[in-house]
Amino acid sequence: MSVDLAAVRRIAHLARIGVSEAETPHLQDEINAILKFVEALNEVDVEGVEPMTSVTPMRLPMRDDVVTDGEIAGKVLANAPLTEDGFFLVPKVIE
Amino acid sequence: MTDLTSLTLAEARDQLKSRAISSRDLTTAHLDAIERGKGLNAYVTVTAEKALSMAEASDARLAKGEGGPLQGLPIGIKDLYATEGVHTQACSHILDGFKPTYESTVTANLWRDGAVMLGKLNMDEFAMGSSNETSFYGPVASPWLPPNWSREQARAALADAGKRGLLAPGGSSGGSSAAVAAHLCLAATASDTGGSIRQPAAFTGIVGIKPTYGRCSRWGMVAFASSLDQAGPLARTVRDAAIMLRSMAGPDPKDSTCSTEPVPDYEAAVGRSVKGLTIGVPKEYRLDGMNPEIETLWAKGAEWLRAAGANIVEVSLPHTRHALPAYYIVAPAEASSNLARYDGVRYGLREPSADIVDLYEKTRARGFGAEVRRRLMIGTYVLSAGYYDAYYLRAQKIRTLIKRDFEVAFQNGVDAILTPATPSAAFAIGEKVSADPVEMYLNDVFTVTVNMAGLPGLVTPAGLSADGLPLGLQLIGRPFDEETLFALGETIEQAAGRLTPPEPWWA
Repeated sequence: MSVDLAAVRRIAHLARIGVSEAETPHLQDEINAILKFVEALNEVDVEGVEPMTSVTPMRLPMRDDVVTDGEIAGKVLANAPLTEDGFFLVPKVIE
Repeated sequence: MTDLTSLTLAEARDQLKSRAISSRDLTTAHLDAIERGKGLNAYVTVTAEKALSMAEASDARLAKGEGGPLQGLPIGIKDLYATEGVHTQACSHILDGFKPTYESTVTANLWRDGAVMLGKLNMDEFAMGSSNETSFYGPVASPWLPPNWSREQARAALADAGKRGLLAPGGSSGGSSAAVAAHLCLAATASDTGGSIRQPAAFTGIVGIKPTYGRCSRWGMVAFASSLDQAGPLARTVRDAAIMLRSMAGPDPKDSTCSTEPVPDYEAAVGRSVKGLTIGVPKEYRLDGMNPEIETLWAKGAEWLRAAGANIVEVSLPHTRHALPAYYIVAPAEASSNLARYDGVRYGLREPSADIVDLYEKTRARGFGAEVRRRLMIGTYVLSAGYYDAYYLRAQKIRTLIKRDFEVAFQNGVDAILTPATPSAAFAIGEKVSADPVEMYLNDVFTVTVNMAGLPGLVTPAGLSADGLPLGLQLIGRPFDEETLFALGETIEQAAGRLTPPEPWWA
């Protein structure tokens, strides 16, 4: 499989990465080189093989359903580029 | 007085304990070495004040006969570990100015045991790279000289930010490997998703171990591919790596994939007899067109282990050659999900816009480097509707097969597996920055299987190439049997001898 220019633009948008028209062909080549590299996987017989979900056989641990942290709004916001009144500030998203 | 930076971690520990040296002097010696070695670009931040205050506190504890296993020992920390109030950016532009308000579990464990923080170490951006060339903070130079280069020639190249022609220290933990090899710290933390501890160890002639998945907590490590990422140390001897890992490892309720298995005293395994152990040599690792030097080194490694009483047997890991392609689906897929958090809203870089989607796209276009952008797009593609089954699901099934290969070998009585660490010795900075990203990916061909199967892998230096550059061997163990790897690694270290880079031409 390979991707065309329209697919590259679509992927970039899905990944929320701005891509200029000028870089699109170059990205297309690079992505296609990687897709060609992984093509060899098609020869593997995976009939009846379970996909891996956990690399180590372990049970997901359970803990008591209690509050263990919180009340740290200041810390949460400490690295934000823009805040106001204890909130993250973003452009208007609802008209 | 002998140079305090020439001590191993274990020697420094013993001399601190006997009060022959002070942590203050030891730490100052390392801070001086860092200052003189600035040209290598191994550190992105030096925390000199913090280091000295930690050293003084350590001396006070040691004077009272107290102190943890690492009390007073100065180490470096890879930039992907969250360190409270200190530069933590995984060497990405998108995390500009980020200073965590919390401490990673691994670094907290190291400080609990008394270690002293010298600073944060350079790395490939978000650990995506094999040469440290994708760092926003520029490439790192290895302390090893390129073949036939004079010291003057190397010094001139070092003065240039591009450092072209000097040797890459490997990646992604290139700052860590260069700093350890150049004696700019006693040991360092690193991390390994496809080979990022082991390949830099091989390139710089030092020891590195990626422990079993779940041995160290991932909490507070900047995530790349969560099912593959694992913390581990880089150090100059097998013993030093064992001491570091014991402190780094351990259970953590904040990481649900972190094991509750007790952490053994790894150092006790160093020097343990390897007599009677069965070592597998996988025939599929003998690649077509393999570098004959690597093949010779591998045979030599097997011979050393046999001489120490181990049995060498050939094993088969039939899915080996599918590991790297499968990795380049699984790892980017997980990365595309993990790195979705860098949105210009909550931390780091923000490119202003009146429109939220435009803000995301502009911020991420400017904040991520080319390699990261490429992998995020691949990851997004293989997870997108219509392609998920063909790529991601298939890769996860192949991962099951890769793991099964190892399980069969271990069930057949193999205690550990011996392989080369890398397909070649270190290459030059700028040499592999070509149009085809796949060429760089091939560096991980021997290491990536271990991450895919969640197993422990140790790389130890084993000799020099004809060009005089370090070459390493890899030992792969059963899950949570790092001790056997330390015992075998010590055997190789004893046989091969330690590798020392040329006198500090960079200082």
